[in-house]
Amino acid sequence: MSNYLKLVVLGLITLFAMIAANYARDLAYQVHALIVMLVAGGLFLWTLRNTDEPAPRQEAGLTYMDGVIRYGVTATAFWGVVGFLVGVVIAFQLAFPELNFAALEGYGNFGRLRPLHTSAVIFAFGGNALIATSFYVVQRTSAARLWGGNLAWFVFWGYQLFIVLAATGYLLGGTQSKEYAEPEWYVDLWLTLVWVAYLAVFLGTIVKRKEPHIYVANWFYLAFIVTIAMLHIVNNLSIPVSIFGSKSVQVFSGVQDAMVQWWYGHNAVGFFLTAGFLGMMYYFVPKQAGRPVYSYKLSIIHFWALIFLYIWAGPHHLHYTALPDWASTLGMVFSVILWMPSWGGMINGLMTLSGAWDKLRTDPVIRMMVISIGFYGMSTFEGPMMSIRAVNSLSHYTDWTIGHVHSGALGWNGMITFGALYFLVPKLWNRERLYSLSLVSWHFWLATIGIVLYAASMWVTGIMEGLMWREVDANGFLVNSFADTVAAKFPMYVVRGLGGVMFLAGALIMCYNLWMTVRRSPAVEAGQAAAHATPAE
Amino acid sequence: METYSLLREFADSWMLLVLFLFFTAVVVWAFRPGSRGVHDQTAAIPFRNEDRPAQPEEARNK
Repeated sequence: MSNYLKLVVLGLITLFAMIAANYARDLAYQVHALIVMLVAGGLFLWTLRNTDEPAPRQEAGLTYMDGVIRYGVTATAFWGVVGFLVGVVIAFQLAFPELNFAALEGYGNFGRLRPLHTSAVIFAFGGNALIATSFYVVQRTSAARLWGGNLAWFVFWGYQLFIVLAATGYLLGGTQSKEYAEPEWYVDLWLTLVWVAYLAVFLGTIVKRKEPHIYVANWFYLAFIVTIAMLHIVNNLSIPVSIFGSKSVQVFSGVQDAMVQWWYGHNAVGFFLTAGFLGMMYYFVPKQAGRPVYSYKLSIIHFWALIFLYIWAGPHHLHYTALPDWASTLGMVFSVILWMPSWGGMINGLMTLSGAWDKLRTDPVIRMMVISIGFYGMSTFEGPMMSIRAVNSLSHYTDWTIGHVHSGALGWNGMITFGALYFLVPKLWNRERLYSLSLVSWHFWLATIGIVLYAASMWVTGIMEGLMWREVDANGFLVNSFADTVAAKFPMYVVRGLGGVMFLAGALIMCYNLWMTVRRSPAVEAGQAAAHATPAE
Repeated sequence: METYSLLREFADSWMLLVLFLFFTAVVVWAFRPGSRGVHDQTAAIPFRNEDRPAQPEEARNK
């Protein structure tokens, strides 16, 4: 019966997408309408062919729902490579401007590719990692199958559609010019729908949990899901110019718009790239080390302190602007206080290994997790320092900021995700072990050296450029033109690009290793699997 | 009083107090006497039910 309803809805969507493609006022919208038409039309046919067929046997409740997580793990690895590749391309575009090919002008130049890179790594790679791991963790720590049946599949495929719409939109110029929130109004609406479904699946699973308590990782995941929903809706309040066009007008204007944007922007870092990934840390580090988290009390305080402080830190992006001084001081003070819970969390993660430090020598996966926590500590020290107004006057608008972001994103988010993928793939595909641990070591060293090259070159070039901008002669005239600073940065840009190549090479090795794990590694034997399944006490 | 000043005054007085007290209460609650057992139990959650959900009869025995 529900299939008939689905057919009606899908048919109407396909029809509207056809009309929209016809009346489209701009190219990005037209291409998106065609994509939606194909997807909805394809789903229509697929639903039609399955209507009134005998339903497959349900074994709900007896097993975990891992199919969607396997897809999520694959998507994470795929989008990771895509995002890193685009990052390498634009790094070399900055070093060698000739790579902005004339033939691709307007589609493949730096300005169009840059949001593609940031969104691909943050939302496609990071987002898929968060969705897949949160589905894995919430089931295991709730001892319950995912709530909502196929809703989890809707979340996965809906999120992929969001990524495709966002990515194609950037290349074709459909953007509302808000950093990390570039997608236009209809893509935002779609993401809202997917996100509400995600919240329902996650919360529904927690509600029907069989464990009396909610494990701390789930608190972090839940804070991430709820806060991102709030940030996304407020920052994307806009009025479309036409229902047949991608252009929209922001509701806020001027300094209010700037403040809302950076309230969003910094909390995207705080809740997407920090809280969500801390959820990963609190599950996968104890699992890989084989020991419970160092201090559960500290993890509770870590959680509440982190979410109470992070939400105020946004104004530090707006020092020396039209924003009132009190607001940017507030942001600065909270950013500095934030150092404490961040390092509390780092200590909690690292000390989980106490008594198992020898594993660092033998297990490259735990090495990856430990270095990610190390990078978390470093970038959460660097960040508060850069938020101080005097430091910010030197660092703002320079490459130092980009270096800081990448030590956090490549070091912390990237490495903890790689660690989680190495943990998950053998489990999800029922393999005894990874295909090759020495390939994991190769990945580890390539990625680590790549990040060091990246961060170090950006420190040098950022501080150099900041000093060159403010250098004045005896008469108070500026010494350097802008082009002088750009020319001086060339060697560091090449080093940065090479660092990116190494990081990308590591990710490709990981993909090969995971692929071979699924194809070649011996399966866990049935008897052994049963012995694993210890009953809940 | 205009909305901005009103909200501003509320935010840096009563709301600040509420948030601060809530946070203090969380810390006190985490360190309450007798919480160690609960926390040890909770911290061990990742090491249970790895391969399949808790079955109905097992849940009852808890």
